[in-house]
Amino acid sequence: MSTVDKKAGGADPAPASAAPLLEVADLHVEFRTRDGVAKVLNGVSYHIQAGETLAVLGESGSGKSVTAQTVMGILDSPPAFVTGGSVRFRGEELLTASPERRRAVRGDNVAMIFQDALSALNPVFTVGFQIEEQLRVRRGVSRAEARKRAVELLDLVKIPNAKRRVREYPHEFSGGMRQRAMIAMSLALDPDVLIADEPTTALDVTVQAQIMDLLAEIQRDRHMGLVLITHDLGVVAEVADRIVVMYAGRIVEQADVRTLFREPGHPYTRALMESLPRLDLKGSTLTTIKGLPPNLLRIPSGCPFHPRCPMAAERCRTDLPAPVRLGPERTSACHFAEELISRG
Amino acid sequence: MGRYVLRRLLQMVPVLLGTTFLIYVMVWAVPGDPFAGKCGERACPDAYITEMRERFNLDDPVIVQYGKYMLNLLSGDFGETSSGVQVIDRIADTFPVTLRLALVALVIEAVIGITAGIVSGLRNRGFLDSLVLVSTLFLISIPVFVTGSVIQLVFGIQWGVIPPTVSSKATFGELIVPGFVLASLSMAYVARLTRSSIAENRRADYVRTALAKGLPQRRVVGVHLLRNSLIPVITFLGTDLGSFLGGAIVTEGIFNVPGVGGLIFRSIQTKEGALVTGLVTLLVLAYLVMTLLVDLLYAVLDPRIRYE
Amino acid sequence: MSDPSVAAAGAALTAGAADQVTAAEHAGPSGGGAGQPDKPRGLFSDAWVELRHRPLFWISALVILLVVVMAAFPQLFTSADPTFGDLSRSRQGPSAQAWFGYDNQGYDIYARVIYGARASIVVGVLATVGAVLLGSTFGILAGYFGGWLDAILSRGADVFAGLPFVLGSIVILTTLNAEGGAGPVRIVAQVVLSIMALSWPVSMRIMRSAAITAKQQDYVKAARGLGASPRRIILRHLLPNCLAPVLVYSTIALGAFIGLEATLSYLGVGLRQPVVSWGVMINAAKDYIRVAPHALLFPAGFLTVTVLAFVMLGDAVREALDPKLR
Repeated sequence: MSTVDKKAGGADPAPASAAPLLEVADLHVEFRTRDGVAKVLNGVSYHIQAGETLAVLGESGSGKSVTAQTVMGILDSPPAFVTGGSVRFRGEELLTASPERRRAVRGDNVAMIFQDALSALNPVFTVGFQIEEQLRVRRGVSRAEARKRAVELLDLVKIPNAKRRVREYPHEFSGGMRQRAMIAMSLALDPDVLIADEPTTALDVTVQAQIMDLLAEIQRDRHMGLVLITHDLGVVAEVADRIVVMYAGRIVEQADVRTLFREPGHPYTRALMESLPRLDLKGSTLTTIKGLPPNLLRIPSGCPFHPRCPMAAERCRTDLPAPVRLGPERTSACHFAEELISRG
Repeated sequence: MGRYVLRRLLQMVPVLLGTTFLIYVMVWAVPGDPFAGKCGERACPDAYITEMRERFNLDDPVIVQYGKYMLNLLSGDFGETSSGVQVIDRIADTFPVTLRLALVALVIEAVIGITAGIVSGLRNRGFLDSLVLVSTLFLISIPVFVTGSVIQLVFGIQWGVIPPTVSSKATFGELIVPGFVLASLSMAYVARLTRSSIAENRRADYVRTALAKGLPQRRVVGVHLLRNSLIPVITFLGTDLGSFLGGAIVTEGIFNVPGVGGLIFRSIQTKEGALVTGLVTLLVLAYLVMTLLVDLLYAVLDPRIRYE
Repeated sequence: MSDPSVAAAGAALTAGAADQVTAAEHAGPSGGGAGQPDKPRGLFSDAWVELRHRPLFWISALVILLVVVMAAFPQLFTSADPTFGDLSRSRQGPSAQAWFGYDNQGYDIYARVIYGARASIVVGVLATVGAVLLGSTFGILAGYFGGWLDAILSRGADVFAGLPFVLGSIVILTTLNAEGGAGPVRIVAQVVLSIMALSWPVSMRIMRSAAITAKQQDYVKAARGLGASPRRIILRHLLPNCLAPVLVYSTIALGAFIGLEATLSYLGVGLRQPVVSWGVMINAAKDYIRVAPHALLFPAGFLTVTVLAFVMLGDAVREALDPKLR
């Protein structure tokens, strides 16, 4: 685990040697739409070290994918605008870097895979072409050499018959195989960090487990940093080292995975866990989180979770809770964080 | 694929027969004497009329006439005109000119249309986008004969920049202005099709993936975006080539291009039935083959399309 | 077999329409295919809300209204007689008396342009209504029943669509004109008929594919399962769902047919004396274009603006009906 003990979102940039592999600090992003300005990210901070898996957990609209796209520098602008914060790779600020420099970081240092591999892969090029492309354009590798690498990569992600399948098109692959091909593509330039945006959401349950195992294995073998974006607590428990929980464009809780599962420090995290079906509690009713995720055009005052929170008190309606440090690498943005933990 | 082509070719047969029969009936079953005025001021001698009626099988029922005509066509005999010229020779004289005109128009349409479409599709809602939208609206609304007449009047007659009409050689250079006029409407349509296709694909997931791979912007647009966006445009251009061949009557008329359009227009008015039916058969055939080729081209361009 | 894309089909649909009118028709199916309504009432009232906020819609609607009033009551706009020619004022330029000048025959061009609106509009409206009614009926039947009916109707559509538009109308009109001595009603009817005959396949194909899509919807399957008669299913369930694409096509086709009438009249096979239309005027003016360009430019301008208004209206309606484009 990390030796850096630094409060997330800390204002003082650490010296380059001790800097985390990838760090997001106090990120603000808004979407300027016809209906008004949606504040999609309102101060998101997290960091990741080499060899670490960080899970980013949240409902749709919580800002987890937008954070990832801001890190990659592939936000659609307009409507999206970064209005503050910083993204640092090995201590180097990316948000103010030249477009050329940002492009060099993409794929090479930080790579990304997407939820729906069918639409994320280009339908009119073969899988092989799409893997080789990066090697040829970015590394100047010869056609034959790139083809060889592509086959190796498909082998690596355990696609059978790789030699034949490099010549096939994405639509000729099954869902799981497509996601494997996408992973192979993201590994082509040997990235230091891989961001996986809901990599298993579009897949069958059995295939989901295989893909997660593959990701975990690759992460281990290559000592990569893996940012795993998901809304599925079950996925998180098995592979993540640390978890950040997002709600309405904010991080409401972060902790290492054991601690979080043992004693969630935020009512939202707690509610998420109570809505998971559990075999040992068979027969008891599942609780759901009442209400809907907030409208980002009109985020509630005070704590954005208060309209849905069972513990909401008067001050939750007016005061935005600051992250409370509960331990090393552990924060919770709740007025009652300490009570929650002591209650167990 | 082979079976699909075969099935499509078989489907073409009734369509071709239907279209040519329609034209044949309309041309030959016209009330009135088909040979009126063929012999100058005087009425034609009886011997001539008898010979002609026999040559064109005019005394048979229409359906039999048509059958005999099609059988001759199959053996490559297009018949001859009332003045005894082989129809096939007239077609051979004019067809290359029309083909040249169609190709010139196609190139102009593709280059200008696609360029305008890409520029406007990439700058959604900018000045250039509005400019393209407004100018295509006008191109679509101004009838071709107005565009042609005005260009001829201004550039050819008043300013003398171009020769107002095309010489009998009809070289590629001379055909640029008529080609532009012929292409003007489709050009606007190609620009709009490209624009909407680009605008639709610009936000596609695979474009985002290409960006995330750290590819240069040029390559993301030039390879990933264009390759997908141009599929419908290219197939549109294909069908357009087919329609240019038969649709150049107005343009050829204005610029006096010695092509199929002018020939067919004169033949209809002078009731040269053999010429009209022969030309229409060829044009319809060219159009049908073009649509088949376009469908096959589609499968080549988009690997997701498979014909059994 | 998988069908080629909507766009290619759209292109194939209309390539036969040659170089005059095609664009409008191309635009029809591609927009139509996308505008599949789920709930017709919601769709159309949404579209109306959307339309009301578009300046282009109001501009084109205003122009169309003006032209329609011109067609209905030409005497509101001019007191001059469009059929009175005076050779002594032949080819005079625009003046205070005759705003647009006089043509070769000494007719008042302004008066003729005003009176010419009627024939152009009548041809456009009748041809559109006819072609769309005929094509939609065939299309919805072919789409709903499929099988041999679909095969026959589709091949029939291929026959007419395979003829280049201008070429086909010239042949038809030359044949119909051969008898000679026709009155104004017959002249107009012939042009309407020939446009209808060559353009019904377009609306048939739009309607057919819309009907096939609608037929697959669960509520239509449910209605069939409950034993509703084909008549009821077609009228109650299919028709409201297939209306949007055909509506868009009709708007644009109307403009296109006005342009086509002018083209045919320009070629000398469409409308002719004693009927006055913009196309007839352009036809008469084309031989004197060097000496009296105004005789061509004024009717051409009116023609263009009218066609433009319908194309713009069609664009606006299509965008309003297609939620993706909003």
